[in-house]
Amino acid sequence: MSQKSFVWFCLLPLAVVTTAFFLLPMARLVVAGAEGPHGLAGYLAILTEARYRATLINTVLLAAATTVVTLIVATIAGMFLQRHRFPGRAVLIAMLTFPLAFPGVVVGFMIILLAGRQGLIGDLSNRIFGEKFVFAYSIYGLFLGYLYFSIPRVILTIMAAVQKLDVGLEEAARSLGASPWAVQRDVVLPALAPAFVASGAIAFATAMGAFGTAFTLATNIDVLPMLIYTEFTLAANFATSAALSVGLGLITWLILALARSFSGSAVAAAG
Amino acid sequence: MRDRLIFTGQFIFTLLVAAFLVVPAGLSISAGVTVNYFRGIQSGVTLQWVAQVWELYAGTILLSFVIAFATLAVTLLAGVPAAYALHARGGRLARIVEEIITLPLAIPGLAIALALLLAYGSFGDFRRSWLFILVGHVIFTMPFMVRSVMAVFATVDIKTLDEGAASLGASPWRRFRDVIVPNALPGILAGALMVVTLSLGEFNLTWMLHTPLTKTLPIGLADSYASMRLEVASAYTLIFFVMIIPLLVAMQLLADRDHKR
Amino acid sequence: MSTAGHGAAVRIEACGKTFADGTRALDPATLDIARGETLVLLGPSGCGKTTMLRIIAGLELPDVGGKVLFDGKDMTSVPIERRNVGMVFQSYALFPNMTVADNIAYGLKIRGVARGERAARVAELVALTNITGLENRRIDQLSGGQRQRVALARAVAIRPGILLLDEPLTALDAALRDRLRSELNRLLRALGITTIYVTHDQAEAMELGDRIVVMRKGAIAQIGTPREVYFAPKDRFVAEFIGAANIVEAPVENGVLILPGGRLPIECGATTANATVMIRPETIRVTEAGEGILSGIVDSVSFIGDRQRLVVSDASSKPLNVDAPNTIQARIGDRIGLSIAPDAVRLLPSEPRD
Repeated sequence: MSQKSFVWFCLLPLAVVTTAFFLLPMARLVVAGAEGPHGLAGYLAILTEARYRATLINTVLLAAATTVVTLIVATIAGMFLQRHRFPGRAVLIAMLTFPLAFPGVVVGFMIILLAGRQGLIGDLSNRIFGEKFVFAYSIYGLFLGYLYFSIPRVILTIMAAVQKLDVGLEEAARSLGASPWAVQRDVVLPALAPAFVASGAIAFATAMGAFGTAFTLATNIDVLPMLIYTEFTLAANFATSAALSVGLGLITWLILALARSFSGSAVAAAG
Repeated sequence: MRDRLIFTGQFIFTLLVAAFLVVPAGLSISAGVTVNYFRGIQSGVTLQWVAQVWELYAGTILLSFVIAFATLAVTLLAGVPAAYALHARGGRLARIVEEIITLPLAIPGLAIALALLLAYGSFGDFRRSWLFILVGHVIFTMPFMVRSVMAVFATVDIKTLDEGAASLGASPWRRFRDVIVPNALPGILAGALMVVTLSLGEFNLTWMLHTPLTKTLPIGLADSYASMRLEVASAYTLIFFVMIIPLLVAMQLLADRDHKR
Repeated sequence: MSTAGHGAAVRIEACGKTFADGTRALDPATLDIARGETLVLLGPSGCGKTTMLRIIAGLELPDVGGKVLFDGKDMTSVPIERRNVGMVFQSYALFPNMTVADNIAYGLKIRGVARGERAARVAELVALTNITGLENRRIDQLSGGQRQRVALARAVAIRPGILLLDEPLTALDAALRDRLRSELNRLLRALGITTIYVTHDQAEAMELGDRIVVMRKGAIAQIGTPREVYFAPKDRFVAEFIGAANIVEAPVENGVLILPGGRLPIECGATTANATVMIRPETIRVTEAGEGILSGIVDSVSFIGDRQRLVVSDASSKPLNVDAPNTIQARIGDRIGLSIAPDAVRLLPSEPRD
């Protein structure tokens, strides 16, 4: 076998698997989205129908809030951990990154333990204020869950970016008379911008599409993945759920593609 | 003085963030071994909940391992040669293929699951078997394997090693076996850990693809969260932690070793 | 012993290479390499020398119409793994997953040579290349020079028909490069195998090559023995690329070069209005002022150790580089005489400057 045909042969299994179980089904999904009573217009329902539109806006706002808060929290913690050496630092890093592999359902459960009916927060508030704060099953609980999910990932990215920063740049800025704040504003944060964009996009796209956490918490939260799920399983409304998933997939893909073209690094959503 | 203040402020903030992440996990672990969570740990420590979980959900744990290793096998067999082919061939076609296989990272699992259901849901035997879940996991984890291996190829100048082996008379297959795969091992290992970890915890796709007879661990978890008492749910989560943490540690060790080299 | 010659004779016929993106790396070239000869492909980076080597190796296909023949047999479409060539790569391409001994034995293993025989051959090569004791080391435990030797041992172990070396010393530091160059020379002479050696370093080319192919911009500029390309460069590029050269443009009258600092008789030379000649710095002798053929003023003196390099103005249309013995006392501003033997002046074809 020649080198050239060997290379093609190497690609064959992947090509078969991807075509049969990804490309074909995705094509089927796109077609199904137009098979409802409204045909192709079914795709516009996300924007035209008030209930769907409200859910979309809700989801986008929630994802945006998650992204902003995660970035702030992760930048403060990540910079601190990368720039200082102190006893217990490794343990702290391990604590901040070990929830990386938690699936959304488990994250949901963590939020229940924090803010659910038997949760820690309710317990404490009951003792202090005589009133039980329970918000795990609301959109605030979901927000907390998304934070829980995103913070470890973003901290890792920020720490890696801080590590790569050229300390010489900061020293140069200081030699030119810049105050510590000015150094942060003019040198450090701009240098971290690609990391912000990349990890922010991942946090956003993940929050848009996350299903497990919403599913665990969800009694009355209107977010896109839950809507798709209920349309599909409860209402058996295949066309709408297909159209909505195609729309959701397009949004997340677009966000990540934009972020990648901006930051130049590989960007992917997480489970 | 001011530096001291900033340091302390950041330190406390970071501690609080860590507490936010760790405290619920700690609560879950302690709840899993507490006789009565409502009355607290004073009620006694027990393994009865763990035993109960094993009784109720052993099947899901087993199936999760079966699917995880089957996923690993498929991603190894298809992903490693493909990573080599994409690296060796290069150019625009390789970039397009890479783009396509990484799409499942950008598209929510729910959408992929719906697509699989609409395309293959009517193939009853396939739909009812665990192979249906396997297919979803393979699509979802494949990019991690391919990328992890390609990342190694980008650092070890695999093209010249390939040419070196060719100059000594080795056929393409022999080169792949003797030179390419052994030198891609760190990437294969990292990819494998990632694939197994992700497959064991995958919920978004699996929830849509499973049937009452093909429940995996995360499905069982969701089930217990919805219908079991907190202690059982916690014990089940504890079992999941015990499974997943060694994988995480192994991944970290591997990353550290690569970093040092 | 080297005259006997081992290995195959190589002929490349009209081999050009145009890459997929349209860049022309090599103009169609024809070249014969005799059995047992060491041929050096020499030129600056991007001159096409590595492309030519890779075509001979079978790592690149020549453009349509090009042919590669080993002992008269057409090998053009035979892939490298069936050409029985030994190749040393610039980066050595040693397999990090194998020990030194496994690397050297790999080609033999592929050829199905029995274990015992492999071990014997490895021992032989380890001794030949002076790496005894390193057999069980991992590649990342070797120094640059040791890696180079392992790469050579591995390439030679299979008793290749042709040995191909792609800048094998470039990755090493200067002192080591000099030492390994002589060692490599001894080894290649001892092996007596047909060898094609790519380098950009003219000292390597001079020491190692039976013949040198000087290349430039994808074309062959000159083929000749080291002495031929040094003393009789075909054009200005070769003259300047190999060794140091003074290129002087001046009129010639009846075999005499007319220079500002005097009249210099040369061997060749009908009358021309504007001739281009080459004079090597070491062929110019410094004399007392008024004694030499030419006279000039010392512009600068650089003491190099074994000699000193003077730059002398007013002798020629532009300053001349002169290599003088280190015993001469010359100061800037001194007027000195220069004498040059007629056969040291080489007439070059005049060509448009680029």
